[in-house]
Amino acid sequence: MKKELTRQQYLDLYYYMRLNRAVEDMMVKLFRQNKIVGGLYSSLGQEAISVGTAYALEKKDWLAPMIRNIGALLVKGVRPRDVFMQHMAKYDSPTKGKDGTSHFGDLDDLHIVSPISMLGDLIPVMTGVAMAGRYLGQKIVTMTWIGDGGSSTGVFHEGLNFAAAQKAPFVLILENNLWAYSTPVRKQVPLQNLADRAKAYGIDSYIVDGNDVVAVYSTAKEAVERARAGEGPILIEAKTFRRQGHAQHDAAEYVPKEMRAYWEARDPIELYEKFLASEKLLDAKGKKEIEEKINTRLAAEREFAENSPMPPAEFAETGVYCTGDDCHKIRAKWERPIAEVTPPRSSVKAVWTVPGFGSGKGSGGANAPIHFGDTQPAEPSAGDETKSPNGRKPAAKIAAKAAPKKSVKAAAASASRKARR
Amino acid sequence: MAKTNGAGTNGSASNGAPITFLEAIKQAMFEEMERDPAVVLIGEDVGVYGGAFKTSEGLLERFGWERVIDTPISESAIIGAACGMSYCGLRPICEMQFIDFIVCAFNQITNFVAKGHYLWNAPAPMVIRGPSGGGVHGGPFHSANPEMYFVHTPGLKVIYPSTPYDAKGLLKAAVRDNNPVLFFEHKFLYRRIKGEVPAGDYTVPIGKAVVRRAGKHLTILSYAAMMHTSLEAAEALAQEGIEAEVIDLRTLLPLDEETILNSVKKTNKCLVVHEDTKTGGIAGEIAAILCEKAFGDLDGPLLRVTSLDTPVPYAPTLEEHFLPNAKKIFSAAQELARY
Repeated sequence: MKKELTRQQYLDLYYYMRLNRAVEDMMVKLFRQNKIVGGLYSSLGQEAISVGTAYALEKKDWLAPMIRNIGALLVKGVRPRDVFMQHMAKYDSPTKGKDGTSHFGDLDDLHIVSPISMLGDLIPVMTGVAMAGRYLGQKIVTMTWIGDGGSSTGVFHEGLNFAAAQKAPFVLILENNLWAYSTPVRKQVPLQNLADRAKAYGIDSYIVDGNDVVAVYSTAKEAVERARAGEGPILIEAKTFRRQGHAQHDAAEYVPKEMRAYWEARDPIELYEKFLASEKLLDAKGKKEIEEKINTRLAAEREFAENSPMPPAEFAETGVYCTGDDCHKIRAKWERPIAEVTPPRSSVKAVWTVPGFGSGKGSGGANAPIHFGDTQPAEPSAGDETKSPNGRKPAAKIAAKAAPKKSVKAAAASASRKARR
Repeated sequence: MAKTNGAGTNGSASNGAPITFLEAIKQAMFEEMERDPAVVLIGEDVGVYGGAFKTSEGLLERFGWERVIDTPISESAIIGAACGMSYCGLRPICEMQFIDFIVCAFNQITNFVAKGHYLWNAPAPMVIRGPSGGGVHGGPFHSANPEMYFVHTPGLKVIYPSTPYDAKGLLKAAVRDNNPVLFFEHKFLYRRIKGEVPAGDYTVPIGKAVVRRAGKHLTILSYAAMMHTSLEAAEALAQEGIEAEVIDLRTLLPLDEETILNSVKKTNKCLVVHEDTKTGGIAGEIAAILCEKAFGDLDGPLLRVTSLDTPVPYAPTLEEHFLPNAKKIFSAAQELARY
């Protein structure tokens, strides 16, 4: 770790890592008290990644967490009570009990997109947010995370390739914690460095020690600013280790003891405390103050969460559809002149297009050939003098006009088939 | 038949020249993009080439590279990116080059896009549209009618129009809707069907069926290309003294139960015609609705005329056997009328 941040930034990183761990420790207690309705997924030992990457974003930027990115949510401004209530399925939670864990978002204020359990889907979604932000002139960067396991999904590749082709201002954090449930990374991907995946899309990548929060932050900051400057998407592989099982139910006995011991000796918070002490950024008193601040805050947050009711049963029936302006007023936030994207100025050439493409001949008019099957024009009707293209005969009359005069059998047998010819 | 009075029995005045179904789609997109800079088009070959079926021809020239976005062959990326755009207040229209390929993005649509509003209050105002249906010898991977995969997904709306008037009006309504809307365009109709559309701006309400032909002896429910085939059969039935009421469902999700029930309570008999395969088709759902809400009104069983429960075969002889036609509808209606 090298010293390059302000004192406040160093202390912020420490605070959020401690908060991240304290929130999750509290949830383990709640889980053991049967107060958590579903599964509980731990980011123990991975806090430096969630915190360091999200801390590199500005308020206007967008992120979409994965299940182990509680720390990123806290940095972005989510209250611990919301995390508790999500897990406890409470009515005051962001999804009001309709979903759990980190599966919630906030489009308007915090700019968080909710994840789903199907890994990789967020990559094209956050690419789309990045494209929309660029289109609207907002100069935002978007960020999401993927695991070593999730990097093998099809949509990971579709999404990252599309982001690259579009030069979208998007940063993807590949959190390599060495395990996808019980399957080690070597059994999933025959690559030493998952960052190598970036080469396939012609984008830049970084590899960073995921247990070194300052390194994570500095790398993410550089990537975010490069993406914001229009250099296109960037992939960061953060190397770390999943200290707990896939979720609380999993004792993870498939993990070799030596591997666990190696990583437990590299706890990101302990490493950072040593650094802060050696740089005289934090003494015992300061540390105690932070601990007390967190404990006091979380006690109140937990109390609020525990006192929140379960949602009423009938609430399950509501909210499948947006009912219109009374439900959501959907308005794009333009930060560039709309005239730039409306005719006649909208034909301005975009920077990420391919040179030469589009200068040739495009489509060939109303009667241009179409993919197959139907190159017949419609029958010209009165007052419509459309000529048949390419000397083809006009389409046979279809259906009703031809049918009634013939005998029923003949008409029924021939009419529609004739039209299909 | 090449000219359809698109206004149907809506009573709307038509004063424009007749246009093709394809032109109606194009006009709807053009006018919506003209009206609202938040509307963008994203899909494979939609830009310079104007789309495999020329539905986006001229849009790139008019609206530029930022709003008409050519993509890699990555349906999940198209849908995902459009969803992300919609979260920022844009109203993207995604084109599936053939609707068959929509299933490549099945997860993205059914798990991500469809559930967002229910789960975390995130509306996704986006349209997913593309050419569907058979009858043009496209073979098993270019002829699909996959509407029911999505009718089974709460959070989506599913539209399948049959006339240029409806195609234009419903596509405009879809773009303005705050929910993800799937919009199926039967490619058999693209250039075979013409109809008048109003000169000015108009929309057709999503979720409303329309009576295309009034009748008293039985109700035929259909949509898309089979709506025309059903009308053809109805004309033939009229020669036999059987007056069928033909209803164009237009929207499959949400289904217009009121129009269906009103008609069946009058005719007491119901035949459902769809080009989708039989098992799990909308006819089964309608049968269940009638059992629940109009059982006492039925004088006969609900009958179905649908495609076979097979993939769509390629050879014309096979495909014609596979598809419903006016003769099959006529026979089923005659059988039903005897009750």
